[in-house]
Amino acid sequence: MKELFIEIYNKNKELINANSNEYLRLLRSNAINIFKENGIPSNKTENWRHADIEKRLKHDYYFDFKSKSTSMNVEEIFKCDVYDLDTFSVTMLNGWFVYKNAPITQLEDGTIIGGLSKAIEVYPDIVEKYLGSAADMNKAGLVALNTAFLQDGLFIYVPDNVEVSKPVQIINIVNSEEKLFLQPRHLVVLGKNSKLTLVHCDHSLVHNINFSNTVSEVFVGENAMFENYKVQNIGDNSSLLTNLFIQQKNGSKVSNNALILNGGFTKNYVDVSINGKNCHADLYGLYLVDDKQFADNQVFVKHAEPESTSNQLYKGILDDMAKGVFSGKVLVNKDAQKTQAYQNNNNILLTDDAKIYTQPHLEIYADDVKCSHGATVGQLDPDALFYLHSRGLCEKTARQLLMYAFASEIVNEISIPALRETINIMVEKRLRGELSICDQCLLHCNDKETAVFNIDLNKI
Amino acid sequence: MLKIKDLNVSINGKKILKGFNLEVNAGEVHAIMGPNGSGKSTLASVIAGRDIFTVDSGEVTYMGKNLLDMPPDERAKEGLFLGFQYPVEIPGVSMINFMRTAINEKRKHYGLEPLTGMEFMKLMEEKKKIVEIQSKLTNRSVNEGFSGGEKKKNEIFQMAFLEPKLAILDETDSGLDIDALKVVANGVNALKKPDNASVVITHYQRLLDYIVPDFVHVLYDGRIVKSGSKELAIELEEKGYEWIKKEAGINEKAESTE
Repeated sequence: MKELFIEIYNKNKELINANSNEYLRLLRSNAINIFKENGIPSNKTENWRHADIEKRLKHDYYFDFKSKSTSMNVEEIFKCDVYDLDTFSVTMLNGWFVYKNAPITQLEDGTIIGGLSKAIEVYPDIVEKYLGSAADMNKAGLVALNTAFLQDGLFIYVPDNVEVSKPVQIINIVNSEEKLFLQPRHLVVLGKNSKLTLVHCDHSLVHNINFSNTVSEVFVGENAMFENYKVQNIGDNSSLLTNLFIQQKNGSKVSNNALILNGGFTKNYVDVSINGKNCHADLYGLYLVDDKQFADNQVFVKHAEPESTSNQLYKGILDDMAKGVFSGKVLVNKDAQKTQAYQNNNNILLTDDAKIYTQPHLEIYADDVKCSHGATVGQLDPDALFYLHSRGLCEKTARQLLMYAFASEIVNEISIPALRETINIMVEKRLRGELSICDQCLLHCNDKETAVFNIDLNKI
Repeated sequence: MLKIKDLNVSINGKKILKGFNLEVNAGEVHAIMGPNGSGKSTLASVIAGRDIFTVDSGEVTYMGKNLLDMPPDERAKEGLFLGFQYPVEIPGVSMINFMRTAINEKRKHYGLEPLTGMEFMKLMEEKKKIVEIQSKLTNRSVNEGFSGGEKKKNEIFQMAFLEPKLAILDETDSGLDIDALKVVANGVNALKKPDNASVVITHYQRLLDYIVPDFVHVLYDGRIVKSGSKELAIELEEKGYEWIKKEAGINEKAESTE
């Protein structure tokens, strides 16, 4: 398997490195060497024990090195209506940044939004300073592979003291006849006292087999605020691997919320380095899986400096033969006194065949900290069910109401009202068994003939 | 309306109700009193359909139908209501969503269209007045963080909302201060109609100062050992349950010697 990727790299080396500067070429060649060394993560290692990645990788995947960032009218291609957005909306098609007017835009307040491949050309100073410096290639599974094949992705730079008023929505679309293997790479830099909200929608338009190996690096400056939402609603044949690396400076606040509503194979790795005092990180996750789906959340929070706080809360409902994994780790360094770190993972198993492997753990080297961790696995509360029955709610309705209530704790943490409302509806639909891959998240494509992209969060 | 004949109920092999008989007709208010452990709450739970109990023998007929054959939600849709002694907290389920789902499921059962948002809110406002429940309570999750009194008021509010034919109130007075007790009692009295009935289960006579029963039954060791008018309740308050236990004890001895 490893050799196959290396062979693809060697064959396409010219294409991959075309129009790239020295910095990128070096980054890639360094990455492929690390990949050669480490290879595909083995299921004998703790973090991959339950994730059968080999099986997901064994298909005859197609790599698209040619498309490049392109200008296209997304609406036309998909015969869609895009309403006036209340978000800055950007689209990634098959791993490539697509744009309507310009490949990269600088807003009036100085914020830069665009494709990463273009950003490297136009803003090499910023990109070279940050790209690759947070994503530890030795740490998480396929980060080295992503870096070796690095082509395009989203680039956002928010200058000091700028609060980006609207959330930025990234829509990752996979639409290809081929069995695509894509590796988007996102880079987000927030200056001092700045603020940014990102909404990622992972979405496959096709039922074809495809694999996404995404790496995002986020640098949060002093006293800056970064909110990140991932709405993951992919087909059973899609595999989604995300690796998110966040670095925090003094006084910064981060909130990350990963909502897995559907997906054959989803593994999210979140790595937060708290490198400052008075920082706070909230890490939330919800996974609703059924059939033979697989959802894996791995979280790593490092408290390197004193007086910061972090909180992890992940909740899952697993039906049929679905399998879930939660692995949360908090590392408190020797100097990180007065750290407060909490971890919680709660699960409901609806059948005897559904499985959850949960492993919250703490590694503490400081002596003056407040940390806790916990995990629960259970069924729906029979007392609550009877209470609902006694008011005339039938078995099905009562169960749905309780499942929805369980999930809503995570949904209610969404600070954007329109998004919260939309996710609420999606979760309800999902629990009623109505949300299919063709009744998409923020995008609608109920009817194949007249696919409609409704990206406006307010309109749903 | 409700006929219970020779009902025997056990949990995990332990007999709780032993030959229980009761008949409730429309327009009546029955009070069931008894010491702790006599089987009062078991009776309420079995009527509502809690499946942790085993009905070993006996008949329960409600509105001419075999109640024991009906699942709990159907009993509720057919007009049966249980006011819980310990109302369950359900975080994440809002009172509004809960009541709206309940009323619409009931309407569906009778072939009626669901209430519109407007109709529903109007009904909520109307019913809130009956139990003097504060608006903030209906905006919260079901019973979550409610005080004891608020939880009981909420039970009466739900009862007002669902307009049951037969309400079983299981120790609705326990843990209430006198003001809350009055509110609960006023609610029950306001909802009394010629075509509905209620069974008030209580340990103390106190509640019966406000809800005047037509019949008072004393439950002891799984069956009714004495029935009478409201005066019986006053007698119980004065003398306690000891004399009842003695009387019942004599009967038990008499039975065992037969």
